[in-house]
Amino acid sequence: MAGLIAIQGLALTFTRDGARTTVLSGLDLDIEPGEFLAIVGASGVGKSTLLRVIADLVKPSAGTVRLSEPEPGRRAVALVFQDSRLLPWRRVLDNVAFGLEKLRLPRAERRRRAQAALDRVGLGALAGRWPFQLSGGQRQRVSLARALAVEPHVLLMDEPFSALDALTRETLQDELARLCRASGQTVLFVTHDIEEAVYLADRVVVLAGSPGRIVAAHRIEASQPRDRAAPELKALAQGIREDLAGVAGERRPDLQEAR
Amino acid sequence: MRSRPAAALLPLLGLAAFFALWEAVPRLGLVNPAFLPPPSVLPEAFLRELRSGQWLTAIGGSLGHYLGGLALGVGLGIAVGTLTGMSRTAEGLTAWIVRVLRPVPGLAWVPFAIIWFGVSPEAALFIVAIGVFWIVYFASHGAIRGVDRDLIELAAAFGFRSALERLVTVVWPAAMPGILVGVRTAIGQAWMAVVAAEIFGVAGLGQRMMQASTLLATDIVVVYMLTMALLYGVFDAAFTALQGWMLRWRA
Ligand SMILES: Nc1ncnc2c1ncn2[C@@H]1O[C@H](COP(=O)(O)OP(=O)(O)O)[C@@H](O)[C@H]1O
Ligand SMILES: [Mg+2]
Repeated sequence: MAGLIAIQGLALTFTRDGARTTVLSGLDLDIEPGEFLAIVGASGVGKSTLLRVIADLVKPSAGTVRLSEPEPGRRAVALVFQDSRLLPWRRVLDNVAFGLEKLRLPRAERRRRAQAALDRVGLGALAGRWPFQLSGGQRQRVSLARALAVEPHVLLMDEPFSALDALTRETLQDELARLCRASGQTVLFVTHDIEEAVYLADRVVVLAGSPGRIVAAHRIEASQPRDRAAPELKALAQGIREDLAGVAGERRPDLQEAR
Repeated sequence: MRSRPAAALLPLLGLAAFFALWEAVPRLGLVNPAFLPPPSVLPEAFLRELRSGQWLTAIGGSLGHYLGGLALGVGLGIAVGTLTGMSRTAEGLTAWIVRVLRPVPGLAWVPFAIIWFGVSPEAALFIVAIGVFWIVYFASHGAIRGVDRDLIELAAAFGFRSALERLVTVVWPAAMPGILVGVRTAIGQAWMAVVAAEIFGVAGLGQRMMQASTLLATDIVVVYMLTMALLYGVFDAAFTALQGWMLRWRA
């Protein structure tokens, strides 16, 4: 089966005030149905930019991004931002229904799907609240529900838990893992947190350098649910640190198998 | 230390003292009562005006000019402010027009209002509309320009990409608090324009005040001044309530 997202030779150069900055170059990436793919990289390497290109919010300077064709009532991709980015003038349920309004579904169907998505993230009871009445963790769950409601082929997540306290972050990581296991949701998850990546992902791709490129990829066979303290995850995290350090030391790393 | 009930009583006390002083000044002969009618004569003057039917007629006329002119000025202010707030081209095209027209006071349009529309309700609508247009225009333009880019990106990420879709899904709702501040200012300013227009003869409360003043019927003039204060208070309170309800999503 063809990948849900196929990226080839992607490059992106920003021009501002005559100065050109190349953020990404020569990037190839495929995402297979049902996989949880994490991209790790230092801040500023171009992770958010890559997600923006995939979501068609920014046009690439070179290369192609092909997305699967969504069925009616679905989207190819849906984005969860680092900040929850809820619309403060909409109640929780209407925030979750936001993307459904573009899909031209009847009102009753929109409400049903929004409520179902909210139930999946465990906030079914808060449908009538205003965003300002939610905690940071709850806001991020609503943001996740909003993306799930449009039943995306690929869920794009941009450091979705990095603004949360450690306890809330771990709870949400566990819930995301459970949710994806239960539904087989395909996820492209971007983070600078190596432990988070190895805890959640089936495959980790390391983005580094300037301009950013893929310097390593690792497949993780450990089954879910995982143990955060498992030696094989620790070893893998150490390997990823070395991938990143290698680039920082200007050693040209060989690209690895699981690309 | 003052207790809360005492603090609430202070404004009432001040108001009572104000009326007492106002009553005393003409009664003690310090000022001719024909120039400054004491408040005690006002209820009777009001009843005379009410019985003759003039009060209702005047208010009816003025409310028409007020609401009509306000709707026109606010509607155009929001529409044009939205356009120039969203489109750099529109903003660029209008930059110098705005710079030239904005300093012209609303009342400077009275001669043209009369030449174009005669001494008619349309002239009053025009003056009121111009009087509030700029207030609402600048409030809307600023509020729309200030909308968080992240919200626009969010709308695009979920497929709302045309200018109209962006406007309806995020830009207007996000700009609403700023736009409403402009509308509230306009609600106050519009009364000034109504009186100004009517002083030039368009039938309404301002015209009635001018008639009364030429007859030195100062008690009637004061009755209309208080009427206007009351009407403004009612509209402002109603609008503030509406605004609070519309912005109930704010913490
Ligand atoms: N619109 C833009 N114009 C110019 N430079 C940008 C723009 N957006 C991002 N960049 C630059 O691209 C680089 C990568 O940014 P980003 O994708 O946000 O990194 P990350 O998400 O990995 O932290 C940064 O150096 C940033 O300054
Ligand atoms: Mg980022």
